[in-house]
Amino acid sequence: MHELSIALSMMEQMEQQAAKHGGAVRSVQVRIGDMSGVDCEALRFAWQIAREGTPFARTELEIEKVPLLVRCPQCGETHEAEMFAIACPRCVTPEQEILTGRELELRSMEMET
Amino acid sequence: MTPRLIEVRANILKENDVLARALRERFERAGVCVVSFVSSPGSGKTTFLENLMARMAAKHRIAALVGDLATENDAARLRRACPRVRQITTGTACHLDAKMVAAALEGWALEDLDYLFIENVGNLVCPSSYDLGEQMRVVLLSSTEGEDKPLKYPTIFNTADVAMITKMDLAAAAEFDLAAARRNILTVRPGMRIVEVSAKTGAGMAETEAMIEGLRAVV
Repeated sequence: MHELSIALSMMEQMEQQAAKHGGAVRSVQVRIGDMSGVDCEALRFAWQIAREGTPFARTELEIEKVPLLVRCPQCGETHEAEMFAIACPRCVTPEQEILTGRELELRSMEMET
Repeated sequence: MTPRLIEVRANILKENDVLARALRERFERAGVCVVSFVSSPGSGKTTFLENLMARMAAKHRIAALVGDLATENDAARLRRACPRVRQITTGTACHLDAKMVAAALEGWALEDLDYLFIENVGNLVCPSSYDLGEQMRVVLLSSTEGEDKPLKYPTIFNTADVAMITKMDLAAAAEFDLAAARRNILTVRPGMRIVEVSAKTGAGMAETEAMIEGLRAVV
């Protein structure tokens, strides 16, 4: 639902980068964590709408999904957790340290040459 | 020719994060404690805040910002408890961001405040991504919603510091399974503090007030 805002924020940063480096942007790579609050399908949809009539009208959005990876502070076990059940599968310690999964990262831009 | 790849490696919401960090520093310098409230629409945020602010207004200097897509209704309600209330109408945006908060604070001397409450737009999804510079984020879940809301909206529960179960006076009528709700909150966010309240009967309000007053000791 706020994916359109996310797409617009992306474009703001992309404009700055494109102005600095020059040239058209062929594709943009983003990393979206499972626990980022952003839905990848909704972002793809929002991107199609947001890019219209902008310098990024033909820029393809490439999304890398980042899983929710947590580490157990008790036994050190690292596992990929479901968002709704993050406890350690080995020693059942409930509180886990989140290693990845919150990313909302503009990773890179592929420029036309 | 091979395409050029520009490494950016920046948070998409960098601008918001930078603004939120600046706000947090301003709040700290001014010595004002800022607490934000998020929940789905209709979970009782405004009634809860009305009650909380009425209790706290006698002892402390308080103010509130309240976000909605449209209308000034909530601000008008909260003004009954405290005159310093501003409405943020977001238009179409489903969440508050740091820029809106900064703009809404314009002209207020933060040094003259002890507590600032921010009521976010009723929404359990979008507000989770936006840091507002608050010291504490409270997520509210009412007894008339499903006990499994935390499992369905894990991100917002995971980014909040405290969960509040509201409308406890209606729990029996709604056949609310309190134990299941608590279990679900703790599954998503282990160790989370949970406070049960009823703005109607006043149950849990003293505990809430003490919790928020406790925060100020840290500022």
